[in-house]
Amino acid sequence: MSDRLSVLKTYKLFVGGKFPRSESGRVYEVTDSKGNWLANAPLSSRKDARDAVVAARKAFGAWSGATAYNRGQVLYRVAEMLEGRRDQFVAEVADAEGLSKAKAAAQVDAAIDRWVWYAGWTDKIAQIAGGTNPVAGPFFNVSSPEPTGVVAVVAPQESSFLGLVSVIAPVIAGGNAVVVVASEKAPLPALSLGEVLATSDVPGGVVNILSGRAAEIFPSLAAHQDVNAVDLAGAGAELAKELEVAAADNLKRVVRPQPVDWSADPGTKRLMAFLETKTVWHPTGSLGAGGSSY
Amino acid sequence: MADVTASDGALRRFLHGLPGVDPVGLEGRAAALGTRSIKTTAKAYAIDLAISMIDLTTLEGADTPGKVRALCAKALNPDPTDRGTPRTAAVCVYPDMVATAAEAVRGSDVKVASVATAFPAGRAALPVKLADTKDAVAAGAHEIDMVIDRGAFLAGHYLKVYEEIKAVKDACRREDGTAARLKVIFETGELSTYDNIRRASWLGMLAGADFIKTSTGKVAVNATPANTLLMLEAVRDFHALTGVQVGVKPAGGIRTTKDALKFLVLVNETVGEQWLTNEWFRFGASSLLNDLLMQRQKLSTGRYSGPDYVTVD
Repeated sequence: MSDRLSVLKTYKLFVGGKFPRSESGRVYEVTDSKGNWLANAPLSSRKDARDAVVAARKAFGAWSGATAYNRGQVLYRVAEMLEGRRDQFVAEVADAEGLSKAKAAAQVDAAIDRWVWYAGWTDKIAQIAGGTNPVAGPFFNVSSPEPTGVVAVVAPQESSFLGLVSVIAPVIAGGNAVVVVASEKAPLPALSLGEVLATSDVPGGVVNILSGRAAEIFPSLAAHQDVNAVDLAGAGAELAKELEVAAADNLKRVVRPQPVDWSADPGTKRLMAFLETKTVWHPTGSLGAGGSSY
Repeated sequence: MADVTASDGALRRFLHGLPGVDPVGLEGRAAALGTRSIKTTAKAYAIDLAISMIDLTTLEGADTPGKVRALCAKALNPDPTDRGTPRTAAVCVYPDMVATAAEAVRGSDVKVASVATAFPAGRAALPVKLADTKDAVAAGAHEIDMVIDRGAFLAGHYLKVYEEIKAVKDACRREDGTAARLKVIFETGELSTYDNIRRASWLGMLAGADFIKTSTGKVAVNATPANTLLMLEAVRDFHALTGVQVGVKPAGGIRTTKDALKFLVLVNETVGEQWLTNEWFRFGASSLLNDLLMQRQKLSTGRYSGPDYVTVD
């Protein structure tokens, strides 16, 4: 018989491609659905959130400037890495949500498939959301979707992994950078996802994962002048109202919380929510008094 | 102190007789002072003080009169959304841009500082350096930032460096009897050792520098807390010995509010409150101002600001 002590994992934040502890030094106890202790997770502070926004802003330029095809490859790589650590995620999701192994496995599989699904959308969304427009003048007129910038997300509280992936993947597939506050009760799958992202070609800072109380951290993100949009998926009604008011100050895009079945086909709604349309008017035909043979 | 500059030998004996620097102790002290926590009202005070100490700098080959005027406008009114924001101490430009800058800040208390003496390398003959200086003063510069001849310093020709600083100091005189203030740049990143930085500081002060300045901002290692602390100590000791107050200007590499506040702590703890004014302490910086303004906006509004709300320089 072995007397070996198991090595417990220190869960850490994922910010700017690194794994820092909370700047505040605080942690909180995470339990499974029956109340048994699982691990300590960092209890992020507003300063952690600010650092995450700085990291996201820094990463945004290169990520949004990468070709859509390249972004698709990187997101597909995330799915590949997840597949390799499937068992770990199944165990974490089963603990977090009190699911049987089989049900947890179904959640994880759906989450991996969702990465692949969004990976495919990166170089196709422009054809759906953009195009050439007929205009009444001598112009060639083109619209194309552009990422809006840094997006802050409150992850769904109940669906700790599938829900999380369903809110992160569309944001970064469109070329945005994201700061996500994980489910308060069940942050461990999210913090482990950071380890997957760190080893899967996603540039540091494109995804930043914080754990802690959304009610404490998120007001500063909603009011942050350098955040361009917020997704309030996991915020309760009262918190969502406060956040929406704060977000109005610099006219952020806001996706309001609503009941969502995370296992259903997500459609392109979340993808489109964080894309802005750029329209270019290009002159054609005669330009000068003498006409132009363009 | 007159006898120590009587000959090359005497000057060398004096400078080499200065106590050696303990690098571990120096860096440890600078790091320890950097851990002070400055919050709320103290932070607000420190941010405003730091803004008022900035020599807002543009020293690029691509500088145009338009860019210099934009810089001056920013020095005069750093945050158009908050008129209570203090002005910077000065703008710092190349000599040929002095006239443009002087015109742009005329009537305000913002000074025009000009680099001179074949900045940044300092590799020119003395008459050329003096002409460079006189030109800048004639064009309206209030302050001259000269570079020392590092080659001569490292070769041990201390008296040559001393005489050169003195000559430039003379060139700072105006016809009406007033003079531009002289800042002496040592380029600490090229002096190799802390002992050399201490020697250069004393050499500069003996020659009549009004300010001693760490670096040009054009080399790999610029202002660090440790080399600035060392220069502050030299200034303190020189003041104790001669009663002459000399200013300090760290330049290059100071980009964040956090860094700037650390330097202010060094000043307060080393030379004291007497130096906590833009008369005696300056930051040579450009991007630092934007970070200070963003922090200032955070304190006054409670929301984190972003780079979209300050100018792109």
